Amino acid sequence: MSDYTNLTIAQARDGLTKGDFTSVELAKDHLAAMAAGRDLNAFVTETPEIALERAKESDDRRAKGDAKGGMDGIPIALKDLYCTEGVLTTAGSHILDGFTPTYESTVSQNLRDAGAVMLGKTNMDEFAMGSANVTSYYEPVKNPWSLDDGKDRVPGGSSGGSAASVAGHLAMAAAGTDTGGSIRQPASFSGIVGMKPTYGRCSRWGLVAFASSLDQAGPMTKTVRDSAIMLQAMAGYDKKDSTSVAPEICGPLPDFEAAITGDIKGLKIGIPIEYRMEGMPYEIEDLWHKGVDWIRDAGAEPVEVSLPYTKYALPTYYIVAPAEASSNLARYDGVRYGLRVEGGDLNEMYANTRGDGFGEEVQRRVLIGTYVLSAGYYDAYYVKAMKLRTLILQDFQKVFEDVDVLLTPTAPSAAFAIGEKMDDPVAMYLNDVFTVPASLAGLPGISVPSGLSEDGLPLGLQMIAKPFDEETLFRAADVLETAANFSAKPSYLEGDQ
Amino acid sequence: MDKATVKNIANLARIKVPEEKMDSLAGELTNIFDWIEQLNEVDTDDVKPMTSVTQMAAPQRADEINDGGYPDRVLKNAPDPEGNFYTVPKVVE
Repeated sequence: MSDYTNLTIAQARDGLTKGDFTSVELAKDHLAAMAAGRDLNAFVTETPEIALERAKESDDRRAKGDAKGGMDGIPIALKDLYCTEGVLTTAGSHILDGFTPTYESTVSQNLRDAGAVMLGKTNMDEFAMGSANVTSYYEPVKNPWSLDDGKDRVPGGSSGGSAASVAGHLAMAAAGTDTGGSIRQPASFSGIVGMKPTYGRCSRWGLVAFASSLDQAGPMTKTVRDSAIMLQAMAGYDKKDSTSVAPEICGPLPDFEAAITGDIKGLKIGIPIEYRMEGMPYEIEDLWHKGVDWIRDAGAEPVEVSLPYTKYALPTYYIVAPAEASSNLARYDGVRYGLRVEGGDLNEMYANTRGDGFGEEVQRRVLIGTYVLSAGYYDAYYVKAMKLRTLILQDFQKVFEDVDVLLTPTAPSAAFAIGEKMDDPVAMYLNDVFTVPASLAGLPGISVPSGLSEDGLPLGLQMIAKPFDEETLFRAADVLETAANFSAKPSYLEGDQ
Repeated sequence: MDKATVKNIANLARIKVPEEKMDSLAGELTNIFDWIEQLNEVDTDDVKPMTSVTQMAAPQRADEINDGGYPDRVLKNAPDPEGNFYTVPKVVE
């Protein structure tokens, strides 16, 4: 196998510009890697014909001098939550059997317009509900990182297939989505960069909805620079999404890559004391300390800050997200698309379809959501959670009066083995304890691979910034990345590839 | 959360849950709600519930048709369409 699958987007962009190789060559190498990597189960659908066609179009554009920019000709994977015109879209669920959208999501269209080359649709937790990619109807994804104990590790979730495809060099980058940590946590587990933009930065139109007040699309890449290049193509106002934020409010779309200057002198970096959780593994705390030293050495000023409502973020999330999910998933009724399981009457047909079509975790969350929204419980649960959400947002607002960026661990552990934590939903939910607060507040966050656990599995550190200040986030994350100098490779890539 | 409650919400959610799964599901949901109960430690009497993280008014547009006219695309994924219609089991005798 040639070296093209080792390239970053920035390197590929330069090589394409110089004519060192073509987009078709990049696509072919990645398609070969994808075929050789089927054991990871990272893809639900492979689209080699589309990839080669779009790569050829990219090369033709470039030959005429019409190359479009950083993403033109770059082979990427899309989480199977993005509706793609004419290509099966499953959201990892049985209930979307055979669903082939007649339209393209705005973000995947933006990527396509920027010249990106789609390799395929990646596996994911069913309807993005999970933190280990074990709830997919299409079976778990294997993390390219493993140990020699014979157990496969989870890639994290819900964007587990996207994370594994990038970590295993099957795709140069991938688009994920993040509701409570579904980009950042798998990035941490898989040793890659995962970025969730500010809520409203990327259009949600054409994304299979999970929790509409939280869902955001974002890039999953090998480097922070790649993250900035890819977000540039994904982001932008879209009038088809009423929660997309217009330039009159958030300003024109910045040049994200230009924000990466390598200089964070004088930047104030908040270290939230509440993220030091009881029982947190020593190696996570140790890495966090190192992160503080790195940014201090780079000339930034670490400042201890307090976000007192942090511990309530996760239980708040497990009211808000299931409530919205129960409402969003009401559309899957066997009438308009996907699976239909017949019944004696209409209600039985609904119940049979949803009973067969939804997996256990999705059913659990729809039931939680139905309960917290039901008569007599709405105030006690849903309204209570929305009040907590206000307090959590105010926590961040106060802290951001004094600091520019926050630095925290991304996840409370390294990747665990497939099959672990399956019998205890709350233990599984705790994976997102450090990512959920920023989600509830709509803030941009990024996970940067920063070290290895004692066993040799990747660990990420998270940075969180003010709303619509992705520029400072990328600037700080790039310095963190440089200092961490994470160069370890997953066992999968060290094998007989 | 007891079995009767689970049965009731499963019915509200239109999800058929096999009888033999009711007990374990009730146990799991009880554990989840026990954990959620910690929110009651927080006094939120004077707190306004959040409506949106983005401080902006919902955008408005003219009330006019701006899409449509392609029933074949709309029905493309329907499990059992007839003509330009979705179909469901008989609802009215």
